[in-house]
Amino acid sequence: MHEASAAEAILRIVDAETGARGADRVTKIRLVVGEATGYMEESLAFFLGIMAKGGPAEGAALEVEYVKTRLRCASCGEEYDRVGWVLECPRCGGPGSLAGSGDEFYVDSIEIEKE
Amino acid sequence: MGIKVSIKRAIYEENDARASAIHEGLRARGIFAVNVLGGPGAGKTSLISALAKRIRSSGSKLAVIEGDIASDIDTRALRELGIEAYQIETGGDCHLNAPMIEAILGKMRIEDGSWLFIENIGNLVCPAEFVIGEDLKIVVAGVSEGSDKPYKYPFIFAKSGACVLTKIDLKEAMGFDETFFEAGLAAAAPHAALLPLNGRTGEGADRILEWLVAAREASR
Repeated sequence: MHEASAAEAILRIVDAETGARGADRVTKIRLVVGEATGYMEESLAFFLGIMAKGGPAEGAALEVEYVKTRLRCASCGEEYDRVGWVLECPRCGGPGSLAGSGDEFYVDSIEIEKE
Repeated sequence: MGIKVSIKRAIYEENDARASAIHEGLRARGIFAVNVLGGPGAGKTSLISALAKRIRSSGSKLAVIEGDIASDIDTRALRELGIEAYQIETGGDCHLNAPMIEAILGKMRIEDGSWLFIENIGNLVCPAEFVIGEDLKIVVAGVSEGSDKPYKYPFIFAKSGACVLTKIDLKEAMGFDETFFEAGLAAAAPHAALLPLNGRTGEGADRILEWLVAAREASR
């Protein structure tokens, strides 16, 4: 259900931008998604496919750029990408905290067509 | 060939804007809102009940918004204790959002200067994504849920000012690895306070309220 609300919000933005540019059709929606948010591409595509029916974004391709969750070690200061569920620093084993990337969630761009 | 248009708009921008408006409205009335997060059965309602008793006996006012996918069991339980409680049934949505809070605030009786506890849907994922006008998030984790939660759901812990660890009377029976939990919390949320609670006896609730009062003072 996580993705259903997201799909609704994405389409609201996409439809508004499409309308504002006088376009008729959206052929591609490109998102940037941080891995820490847990949004799955398959699931987003599934809900977008259903909810876009009858609107300008019907049939639009979905492209998702995932951003790795960046962690910083509290002990040695090392910065590294999170792999799986592990938080520990690969260098010293210290505790890693979220370091400013991985919670992105935005519509990066769309591709539109005019008739 | 389509024309590429750069947008770069946050997907939850509308929710965020409406949450800011709610927050400003509450703040103007001296109401301090706490968004209570946690998995199903973690002890969110028990925590709110324990705090409500103490807040009322200290002469302060409070109101509670209960979010559930379905049923008003928690709201009725709180009302039986004489607590002003209101129900949001999301009918399937796995989190509360700002429009839901806007709608219920319009129907609520809540006095200026009150505490407002908003119990989110039992879920450690989606509720972390939506601001709903709160001053503060706290996350409730139960000993019976296991000691790995900060590792599996670091995002919700990172966004919370404090973690209430409930059912501490079950530590031994559950084989709860406290050191592992604390290390996970320290990593996921280095700023967050760890506040233990035994919801049955109320042990720990005084300390949690003290912490909340200090957080409220600091936000003024």
